[in-house]
Amino acid sequence: MSIDRFPVEASHIMMFARSVADANPIYYDEEYAAGTEPGKIIAPPTFAQSSAQFDPDYFLRPKIGEPWFGSGKEATGIKRDSSGGGGGGGGGGGLHAEQHFEYHRHISPGDVLTATVKPGKTWERESKRAGKLTFSETITEYRDQNGELVITARGVGVRTERPVDQ
Amino acid sequence: MALSASSLNIGDSYEECLVEDLKRTQLVQYSGASGDYNPLHTDEIFTTQVAGYPSVFAHGMLSMGMTGRMLTNYVGDGRLKSFGVRFTNQVWPGDTLHSTATVEEVTQEDGDPVVKLKVETTNQDGKVVVSGYASARVDP
Repeated sequence: MSIDRFPVEASHIMMFARSVADANPIYYDEEYAAGTEPGKIIAPPTFAQSSAQFDPDYFLRPKIGEPWFGSGKEATGIKRDSSGGGGGGGGGGGLHAEQHFEYHRHISPGDVLTATVKPGKTWERESKRAGKLTFSETITEYRDQNGELVITARGVGVRTERPVDQ
Repeated sequence: MALSASSLNIGDSYEECLVEDLKRTQLVQYSGASGDYNPLHTDEIFTTQVAGYPSVFAHGMLSMGMTGRMLTNYVGDGRLKSFGVRFTNQVWPGDTLHSTATVEEVTQEDGDPVVKLKVETTNQDGKVVVSGYASARVDP
C-alpha cells in the first residue's frame, strides 16, 4: 500500500482544522500566517492522516460502483461473516489503538507528498471487555517533493473478538 | 508565543476543554475532512444493528486531533517534534473532553531545548480516553 501523490492544499487544511474545532488562523489565514514563526500556513499535527483521501485503495471510503457496508435499505449493504464487533469481520477494519507521529518538518500548502506504508509488528492479547485482541502495526513514511522525509507515522489497529463492553 | 526552557518546571501543566457535548455532526465533519468514512462514526443503524455498539462513536483520530489543538495552543505553531497516543476508551456523542499536557522533562535534542510532555484527555466521568506524549522545541 502506498500513496503516490498527496497534494497538501489550503482548503483541505482549513476543512480539517474546522473538523477538529481548531480556530487557529495559521490554518487558513495566509496574511496572519506570514507573521508567525513558520511564516506560512501549516497543517495541524494530525493532518497527515487525511492522506486517506488520496489513497486509491482506502477501504473506509465508499467507491463509485462498488458495494458499501454501511446502511441503506438494510442495516448493512454487504452480508458478511461478522466476527461481531469493532467493525471487524471484513468491513470496518477494527478499531484504532494507537497513533504516533514524528515531525521532521511541518507541511504546508504546495507540498506534494508521497507515502509508503510498511507493515510492522503484530501481537495478540486477551481482554475482559472485548475478548481476543489482535493488534497490527503499520509504519508510514511521508516524503516531500524533494524526497525528504517530513513525517514518520506509526499506527496500531486492533481487531476485537466482540464489541467492546461499555 | 513559544515556551522557554528557562521558565519551565517539571510538573507544569496546561489544560483545555476540547469539546462540550460532542455532536454527531462533528463526526460527520471529521469523516469528510479526513476521508475516514467508517460507518461506525456516522451510521447509527449500521453501528447499533450490525456492529453491536450502543451508538456511533468518535474517530480516535478526532480525539487525537482535538488533543493536538490543546498541544499547539500550549507549545506554539510548528514546534511539535513528536506526538503519540493510545486510545484507551471510546468517545461518544454527548461527551465532554478535557485535555492536559504536563511537563515531564526539559532536555536538549540536536542542540535545541526540547520539552517532553505527558498528554492525557479525559471524559466527563474522569475516564482517560487518550493517553500519550509529545515533545516540542522550546526557546532557551
